[in-house]
Amino acid sequence: MAIYNITVNGEQRQVDVDADTPMLWVLRDSLDMVGTKFGCGIAQCGACTVHLDGNAVRSCSIPVSAVGEAKITTIEGLSEKGDHPLQEAWREHDVPQCGYCQAGQIMNAAAFLSKNPNPSDADIENATHTNICRCATYNRIKAAVKTAAANM
Amino acid sequence: MTLIKTKFNRRSFLRTSALAGGGIVIGFNWACSPGETVRAAPSEWFDVNAFLSIADNGQVTIMSPNPEIGQNIKTSMPMIVAEELDVAWEDVIVKQAPLSKSFTRQVAGGSGSIRSSWTILRTAGAAARQLMINTAAQQWDVDPKTLTTEYGVVKNGSKKMTYAELASLAVMTEIPEEVPLKDPKDFKIIGNSKKNVDTDAIVTGKPLFGMDFKREGMVYATAMRPPAFGLKLKSFDDSEARKVTGVSDVVQFGDKIAVIANSTYAAMKGQKALKAEWTSDGKLENTTDHDRELRKMLDTKQDTPRRNDGNVRGAFANADKVIEKVYEAPFLPHNTMEPMNFFADITDTKAELIGPIQTPEWTQGRVAQLLGREAASVTMDMTRMGGGFGRRLYGDFALEVAEISQKIKKPVKLVFSREDDMTAGTYRPASKYKFRAAIKDGKLSGYHLTGAGVNSGSVTRENWFPAGGIENYKVETHNLRSNITTGAWRAPITNFLAIAEQSFFDEVANEMGVDAVQLRLDILERAKTNPVGAIDYDPDKMIGVIKLAAEKGNWGNAEAGVSQGFSAYYSHNTYVAEVAHASMRGNTPKVDKVTCAVDCGIVINPDAAINQIQGGVVDGVGHAMYGDFSFVNGTPQASNFDKYRLIRSKEAPQVDVFFVESLNDPTGLGEPSLPPAGGAVANAIAKATGNRVYNIPFIKEEIIFG
Repeated sequence: MAIYNITVNGEQRQVDVDADTPMLWVLRDSLDMVGTKFGCGIAQCGACTVHLDGNAVRSCSIPVSAVGEAKITTIEGLSEKGDHPLQEAWREHDVPQCGYCQAGQIMNAAAFLSKNPNPSDADIENATHTNICRCATYNRIKAAVKTAAANM
Repeated sequence: MTLIKTKFNRRSFLRTSALAGGGIVIGFNWACSPGETVRAAPSEWFDVNAFLSIADNGQVTIMSPNPEIGQNIKTSMPMIVAEELDVAWEDVIVKQAPLSKSFTRQVAGGSGSIRSSWTILRTAGAAARQLMINTAAQQWDVDPKTLTTEYGVVKNGSKKMTYAELASLAVMTEIPEEVPLKDPKDFKIIGNSKKNVDTDAIVTGKPLFGMDFKREGMVYATAMRPPAFGLKLKSFDDSEARKVTGVSDVVQFGDKIAVIANSTYAAMKGQKALKAEWTSDGKLENTTDHDRELRKMLDTKQDTPRRNDGNVRGAFANADKVIEKVYEAPFLPHNTMEPMNFFADITDTKAELIGPIQTPEWTQGRVAQLLGREAASVTMDMTRMGGGFGRRLYGDFALEVAEISQKIKKPVKLVFSREDDMTAGTYRPASKYKFRAAIKDGKLSGYHLTGAGVNSGSVTRENWFPAGGIENYKVETHNLRSNITTGAWRAPITNFLAIAEQSFFDEVANEMGVDAVQLRLDILERAKTNPVGAIDYDPDKMIGVIKLAAEKGNWGNAEAGVSQGFSAYYSHNTYVAEVAHASMRGNTPKVDKVTCAVDCGIVINPDAAINQIQGGVVDGVGHAMYGDFSFVNGTPQASNFDKYRLIRSKEAPQVDVFFVESLNDPTGLGEPSLPPAGGAVANAIAKATGNRVYNIPFIKEEIIFG
């Protein structure tokens, strides 16, 4: 065990965990932030997507010891009032079925739109291809990303 | 208007003080969405019946009795209650109901929640509305029949009393024994899209799922299970596992070993450090063995066929042409995005279980049996489920965690890794079908289906389409026993039977030189006007969706470069027809769009219904294209998403949905759009490439997909 000082959603947090502990479990078990989901543990499904200095990463595959000074943003910190254009678009299109993958979908899309604010439909398909939705709400995920891009 | 008997008695009406924390408001956050005015918190709630409570500020709490799995009944069930209660949807607060004898069939399965609760939910709302009317009638000393309601207000000409005012007075009013139900033509909430009540919590990352559940003093557990079907535990060495930081205990239960730790990750790490030896207690089966045995069964007569109309032998003997095709599908894991998990706190005096479960009541009973206690002494609370698709019907995980908690005497949450989840079993049975058609004088004169599956029970639905529409018709089914556990997987049996059957009808139509839609309509016309034997479907409704899909999908008039495939299927009391539109991308076909027509009776929540249908179609396309799962020596050959392909964004067709307008009682939507999807895709692929797919997954057909 070792002490790690990390920045999560703009706040300094201190955790005492093994060096190899993935950020996913630091967030969920140590910091009680359960919006970031466990899906596969091997960076395949994207349910655990968070931002590391604004880039979408798979928190299940990043050990806490590798985070260093980088700033972590989770679904809980994506917007102060839960009103990020993507969150609003997800409401407008009523995207979720079971809802389990959707935080990861939104975090993935948020990093994408921050780098490509005027995406084509093909860009959106490519960007959303990384994250699995077992309920297969892909029609709505794509539509919501498009709406959010228009509103940003 | 229909009059219906109520079953609510006086005792069901209780007054609860919100301030006293009478249970009603606990766990509910009064803060509304950003920007909305926060209304005064209620000081008193009146529990009118098990389904609903009315507050003195006009708000109404409506319980959603059934487990929420992503089918959105947590929104649609309360909509039905609110409709008959006649309140504004904006005044409704929805809560997940506890498992209780006050409710019936608290199950998520068989697309049956709405269908089986429709009248119950309406009656609950209508009884409460009538109580408000009767109370107002007493206040005004008038005949209740002269009063009307609107948006939570009882009216007598210009005189008005709100439900909020009436609720406290209603405590003294007799519960009505008989209440009127609305004419569906007067529905205001039902049929108008309402947003999923949990979307806000989902998009902001609030704890909702079993995986998110925590309790003070709780420990985490993972479990190592036999790595192959047919193995049992011989011995294990936990010395390395116990050295993992955070691991506090290792306990054997049955043929499994639980690792107990202070975090999920430590428990998972501990499990990886376990060394176990296994011994064979049965045959270690291979997919190649199953394939061989199932094919043999397809050539074997069933002693008593499931159905045998007319003279099938004669029809085939006299046929001008016989078409025979075999279709094959593998086992499939469910792969819910939220892996299996459950919480239990078992002590000498209580047994408390909380988690994602499709069958809370059945599982409560099984946990009670395991613990040797009365079912009533076991509490079973439902969290939102991160998908189910049938996997969470089985409750094995709840039994496991109950046993672990009992052994370690602590509150504990059991978590499956993805590998645990994919390899622990309860798969869609592998199955095969042999279809034969006899053609005589340009007509379909005989039809013979033989099905065989692994631990599947019957793999046929012999009284559904095309039963009744073909003079000589025979259906046989075989079951191959196995030690691999199987179970219901979204649209059990029909999830592949429909693909095979609807592919076969396309081939038959081609051979006969008739339009694929017309062939189906001709069979249905016979089933409708002069059915051969009894049938368990409504040919008219099937004709309705077929015609609607053909019209909306522009059947037979595809644009240049687009190949269409047709499919129609009845399951779970709902009728669905689909047109898949495929185009070639280089040398391989891709399904770009599916047009879908649905008859599910009254549509409760249209936008959510469309979402469910879209998901079912894409799920059906995905598993037909990519679903692949096999065994070598009893060991699953895929254990995570690096080896198991699920459909993703770019591969998902656009799905356009159209409903048959109907005032019939609603049926279900969780499953019925899935079965026809794979057949529509197979038929579009055949049209586009000239080559037909017979085996799931389609992607392995090298001549088509390279």
